[in-house]
Amino acid sequence: MIEILQQYWLAYLWSDGQRLSGLGMTLLLLLATIGIGFPLSVLLAVARVSARRRLRVPVYLYTYFFRGTPLYIQLLIIYSGVYSLQLVQQQPDLNQFFQDGFNCALLAFVLNTSAYTTEILAGAIRSIPHGEIEAAEAFGMSRWAMYRHIILPAALRRALPNYSNEVILILHATPIAFTATVPELLKVARDVNSATYASFEAFGTAALIYAAVSFLIVWIFRRLERRWLAFLHTGSH
Amino acid sequence: MLFYGYEAQIIDGTWMTVKLSLLSLLLAIVFGLLGALCKLSPQPLLRRLAQGYSTLIRSVPDLVLMLLLFYSLQIALNQLTDALALAQIDIDPFSAGVVTIGFIYGAYFTETFRAAFLAVPRGQLEAAAAYGMGRLLTFRRVLFPQMMRFALPGLGNNWQVLIKASALVSIIGLADIVKVTQDAGRSTMALFEFSFLAAFIYLAITTVSSLLLHRLERRYNLGVKEGRL
Repeated sequence: MIEILQQYWLAYLWSDGQRLSGLGMTLLLLLATIGIGFPLSVLLAVARVSARRRLRVPVYLYTYFFRGTPLYIQLLIIYSGVYSLQLVQQQPDLNQFFQDGFNCALLAFVLNTSAYTTEILAGAIRSIPHGEIEAAEAFGMSRWAMYRHIILPAALRRALPNYSNEVILILHATPIAFTATVPELLKVARDVNSATYASFEAFGTAALIYAAVSFLIVWIFRRLERRWLAFLHTGSH
Repeated sequence: MLFYGYEAQIIDGTWMTVKLSLLSLLLAIVFGLLGALCKLSPQPLLRRLAQGYSTLIRSVPDLVLMLLLFYSLQIALNQLTDALALAQIDIDPFSAGVVTIGFIYGAYFTETFRAAFLAVPRGQLEAAAAYGMGRLLTFRRVLFPQMMRFALPGLGNNWQVLIKASALVSIIGLADIVKVTQDAGRSTMALFEFSFLAAFIYLAITTVSSLLLHRLERRYNLGVKEGRL
């Protein structure tokens, strides 16, 4: 165990000698997925609760497909499926984009998490007491002002506990990226496993690192909730 | 030919996925019930053991645990057979898949069942005790049926997650939907179409499951009056 750690700790955490690997790559994937997926989900959630069918139905079909199929298959469609199309290989830009495993993994993760997050946020928007919206209307607020000052601030806060689960699920989905040759934590563990045959130690080390990051995420969200959800606990103690 | 003559393989792969998911579900429910009972037991040792199981397993990605257990189980078994001077026993990927998925999702079911047990009103148990029911009878006739009503929504969610996680077993070498469609796609140069086919098979399974779960929930909610807004 100690020998493995001595030899491979840098690969597990940061770099395999040439490029970012292990935990660094996992965190990069996680943060990039959240950074692109979250703003996208806010827009989609507003469309999902819209009164207009033309906006609501396509978003529903999108979330239905991506929540009903495994992320691994979504990644396979994007990574090997799309790239196998003649159409894509003939376009230099598309060809270059889909050739890179990281781009494919990121695209799959963003599309997947946005589907779940859209439903979480749409649920939070629907759960806003209608009195708050009526009050905003009585103040003569425009649609845009209502979303900006009343609906979104309240909904995003209320969605926080569910969103923290989703972030942990994204972290737990990142190892799937190794199938697209992204050198993240599980890829390092697999390489260590095939180099040393010490399976338990190789995968166990990765498992412990994942667990530590999960606990860290839970801790961060608990602090955020204490700060931003304080208004829901007035009078309880 | 719509599937380039791969219909039989695709049906076999689908059956493999369904079989694996159902067996894993069964095992996960057993692990979950045991875990929940341990977590609610007055024995501190059992409680701590169950707590460790559910916390640790739920904080590590399923794919990582799958590979960890898949490789380590075989190595541990080899050491055991070596020590006993027996011939090597190879774990087949199917049993390994069922055991690992069942063990992993048992941790999620532990939490579902624990919350559901706690949701059964105390008075029900006291009433059972007042009727002179023993512990086993109370569990079978009073606690379990009422607990199921509270557990069903969570159970349904976990089942949907479990089916989707089963797509990962192709990584440990099982001929499930994913592996079959990828092989077919590669040899016919139609990877895109076959990957989509795999997605739609999963979509069909999850859609049918959610319809069935909805009916089950109605059945277990018989005689419960719901407040209307």
